[in-house]
Amino acid sequence: MVETIGNTAEGNMIINVGPQHPATHGVLHLVITINGETIQKVEPHLGYIHRSIEKMCESLTYRQFIYVTSRMDYLSAHINNHACALCVEKGLQIEVPTRAQYIRVIMDELTRIASHELWWGAMAMDLGAFTPFFHAFRERESINDIMEETCGARLTMNYMVPGGVMQDIHPDFQRKVKAFIQQFKSKFSEYNEMVTGNIIFQNRMKQVGVLSAEDAISYGCSGPAARGSGVSCDIRKIYPYEIYNTLEFEEVLETGGDSFARYMVRLNEMHQSIKIIEQLIDNIPEGDFQAKTKAVLKLPKGEFYQRVETARGELGVYIVSEGGTTPYRIKFRSPGFSNLSVLDHIARGSKLGDLVAMMGTLDLVIPDIDR
Amino acid sequence: MFLKEYIKEVYSAVKSLLVGMRRTGYYFTHHKEIITQQYPDNRATLHLPERFKGEVVMPHDNNNEHRCTGCTACELACPNGTIKVVTKFDVTPEGKKKKAVDKLVYHLELCTMCNLCVEACPSDAIKMAQTFEHSVYDRNMLTKILNNPGSKIMEGVE
Repeated sequence: MVETIGNTAEGNMIINVGPQHPATHGVLHLVITINGETIQKVEPHLGYIHRSIEKMCESLTYRQFIYVTSRMDYLSAHINNHACALCVEKGLQIEVPTRAQYIRVIMDELTRIASHELWWGAMAMDLGAFTPFFHAFRERESINDIMEETCGARLTMNYMVPGGVMQDIHPDFQRKVKAFIQQFKSKFSEYNEMVTGNIIFQNRMKQVGVLSAEDAISYGCSGPAARGSGVSCDIRKIYPYEIYNTLEFEEVLETGGDSFARYMVRLNEMHQSIKIIEQLIDNIPEGDFQAKTKAVLKLPKGEFYQRVETARGELGVYIVSEGGTTPYRIKFRSPGFSNLSVLDHIARGSKLGDLVAMMGTLDLVIPDIDR
Repeated sequence: MFLKEYIKEVYSAVKSLLVGMRRTGYYFTHHKEIITQQYPDNRATLHLPERFKGEVVMPHDNNNEHRCTGCTACELACPNGTIKVVTKFDVTPEGKKKKAVDKLVYHLELCTMCNLCVEACPSDAIKMAQTFEHSVYDRNMLTKILNNPGSKIMEGVE
């Protein structure tokens, strides 16, 4: 155990941020060595919310284990479930009906917008602006209403099942999604007015936490954290799953590598998600929402891997099957863990107050890091 | 030249702050745009969609009859051991023994509302209710028996 607080020989001081701290958005414990205001070292301590989800999944069947993954990255719960469902379908070689694929992709993108909305509000709140939090939640609330109506829950939906989705979409679904798109487009200029253009905000973001493209790759960053440094890593483009290869959207890239670049990537990603939803919402084909599957699912002996793009980056699901009804081993490659590992690298040499901006733009979800 | 740049910078900085303040001021003066709901004062008008997953219930008809056959499909589908089906053997008028549900024990404290039991049920005996205020003072009250006392299976449900 490290020295928790006190003076060390060189005049450095060790302080603790967390595990209970409003800026860490969860139980993350950072042991920070500072010299005056300058950060010398950041040491994240994990394990405060470890629930051994991977081990838990080994005792659950292939239908049951999907719900647990909602509790990893709860802000993109739907996309986590999607990854697991895809991996099981890969093992069973189930053909998912086109209608189910459309519904899944629309839901994924809605989840991505909801996640970025919450990030935007919480990020501005970390930097001292309280009002944007409520503006972000206004739009997020509309998405949650859509989710509640169709999936039956607001956050941990458990809407994906191997072979499709659990229930057909609600009759009001298309109308509500279109209303949300209208609402989002009319309100989005407020985001730029209130936060993006604000001089205080820009000064706190620009040239703070600069991450080079080489470091982003070598630390294994993914998602908006890496795309802010100009690393092309969108799984939807590189390894398309479902119907993403038929869709028109751009991979958002920024080259700054600082906190502001990562901020802009997320804002522009919301626009791309809206673009994807607009392409799909009027063209949902008729047909089954779920493929016919056996009551008891048994994956053949072997190893299966599926990766998807969550709101935070690349999520990989790795299943080892021995041919039984439960997996032999499950491993999740979560985006939050790799993105956290870069925090020490980008925080060294900067001021203590900027640490909040760096943590905010890395968009850490602690249950995703610990699992 | 330097002074000109400096003044320009100060001007744009103040302008960016005022633009943000204008938006805040707009909402300060336009009360109709506020969407805050005053829970729990709005309980009477609160509308939850029919698919909302609040808790598992077993609907009974007017004759105190349900549709549960005691097949334990829900118990097997549940990831958390939330449901325990206790079965008994009824004797039919022909003198045959028939399996039936004695008690369907439901632990609300373990339930994650994943809907897998409702999906698994072959006879639509259970469904999700739209209740959501589940807090109680005694945890024993969270363990519920879903079938009513003295209830029996509906005619024609196999």
